[in-house]
Amino acid sequence: MALAKDYQSVMGRSNEIQKNALGLDYADFERSPIAFDYDALMTSTGYTLDEINRIQGLHGVGNTPLLELRNMTELSRKYAKPGYGARIFVKDEACNASGSFKDRRAACAVAHAKKLGYKGVMAATSGNYGAAVASQAAMQGLKCIIVQECYDSKGIGQPEIVEKARKCEALGAEVVQLTVGPELFYSFLSILEDTGYFNASLYSPFGIAGIDTLGYEIAMQCREKLGKDPDMVVCTTAGGGMVTGTARGLKKAGCDATVVAASIDLTGLSMASDTDFNKKSCTTGHTGFGVPYATDPDHSDVPRSAARPLRYMDRYVTVTQGEVMYTTEMLANIEGIERGPAGNTALAAAFSLAQELPEDAVLVVSETEYTGAGKHIQPQLAFAKENGIDVRFGSPEEDHPGVNLILPSDPGLMKYKEADINRFRRSLIKKAVKKSGLAPAELSEDDIKFLIAETKTDEAFVKEALAAL
Amino acid sequence: MAKRGDWVRIHSIVLKAEERTAKLPEDTMKCDLQQWTKGFLQDEEAKIGDEVTVKTAVGRLVEGTLIEENPYYNHSYGVFVPEIIEIDRQLREIMKFGGEE
Repeated sequence: MALAKDYQSVMGRSNEIQKNALGLDYADFERSPIAFDYDALMTSTGYTLDEINRIQGLHGVGNTPLLELRNMTELSRKYAKPGYGARIFVKDEACNASGSFKDRRAACAVAHAKKLGYKGVMAATSGNYGAAVASQAAMQGLKCIIVQECYDSKGIGQPEIVEKARKCEALGAEVVQLTVGPELFYSFLSILEDTGYFNASLYSPFGIAGIDTLGYEIAMQCREKLGKDPDMVVCTTAGGGMVTGTARGLKKAGCDATVVAASIDLTGLSMASDTDFNKKSCTTGHTGFGVPYATDPDHSDVPRSAARPLRYMDRYVTVTQGEVMYTTEMLANIEGIERGPAGNTALAAAFSLAQELPEDAVLVVSETEYTGAGKHIQPQLAFAKENGIDVRFGSPEEDHPGVNLILPSDPGLMKYKEADINRFRRSLIKKAVKKSGLAPAELSEDDIKFLIAETKTDEAFVKEALAAL
Repeated sequence: MAKRGDWVRIHSIVLKAEERTAKLPEDTMKCDLQQWTKGFLQDEEAKIGDEVTVKTAVGRLVEGTLIEENPYYNHSYGVFVPEIIEIDRQLREIMKFGGEE
């Protein structure tokens, strides 16, 4: 008998569909309504760092260059007090096969799908991950479908996302495009069920384990090139995978660099709003993903996300869209490296973060991404203007997402903003308790331990947050 | 007029506005959830606006309204944005590339 494919019926089969599409039963890792065994989930992949290295090495992924940005360092030092201004390095992840660090996640997810005998892979993403999965599927001989949120209700697409659709098709994938809304997940599940493909989710343990090599390479390359560990590693954060995997890899290398997460501040723009959709000028790397995924990692397309950024970040900072566009042009014009804007979010933050560290300190930005038509500051700024955004020079302080886009009138005006990470930590605790249906007093010792790990805090912090609920 | 085997783009409504039950902002609540994909036309012939079936790149059969024959991308590097060359000019001046004037 054919299965009913209406919204309620498909969503009702969500757990079953996901289980079949991942070859993994998340129920095995649950310990209570709050806690689950994160380490067991991560080791369940069976992929050691060596094995991941081997898989990535076979598929055009990893061992990307660590580039020193000498001119940007020199420029940044002009605005630092004497003796300050860390050396800025960037991991040139655009050199991966499809042009971003997402290849690290895709290589493992696709290899795993192939090992389990799936005929194809699917991913729900409007970002670089689509191209990464399509590229790896092509290399490893599987079929591929990418589902993206791309258009507003008038059928007007974000240039950055349209380019990613083109790239996915060029790499052999079918691209299903949708208008704005979380029900994309329904279309995704429905096709997953029809095709029996593997869910190459961004948030599976296979996907996240693939990023561990990035952090590991950063530590090793710094030791080889500079004879020392990095002091600070800055990661752009949206879904949280980059921060999670990079920090895990640094740890595996025995490196205790400060891990800073950076997002573009898009406060005030609703991610599910049809009218706000084309008022943003960067479609990823922003707080619209960064904050919800940090404070509630499990609202993704898998029951338990392997990306849990608050476990790993030491600080969370924000920058403006204008600062990211400006930094992207800076990277091209004074460093000779033309890369895509969204990947330069962490770099924009690094420019001012470096000014607080001594000159002999080493700051590493964990990624770059490819650039191309649509995915470049000129079409993105032109699109902003077409959508009524006031693009002009000024102080980033005047930034108002969806209304204006302020390019710093002087590089000295670039200044990251420190986000209140403790507020995010308390928010994670609140959401976890709410989801569990338990009263704060009903939490077990194990639940408290879990929340301490989830928030990288201590017992006093978690107990205080629980008492405030 | 598209013929069987032509590469075309189709459009469909996944959920009508009144069928959307997810937690959505008011503006999105008023919109249908729309979907687009591409494939080889399976009907003998069809014109724009016809309901058709296509076979996609992975071989799925999908129904929808024919909206484009021989679809292509026209996204670009965008129109001239004068602010960009101003950034370049300023940075080059601060960095004194080529030495002092």
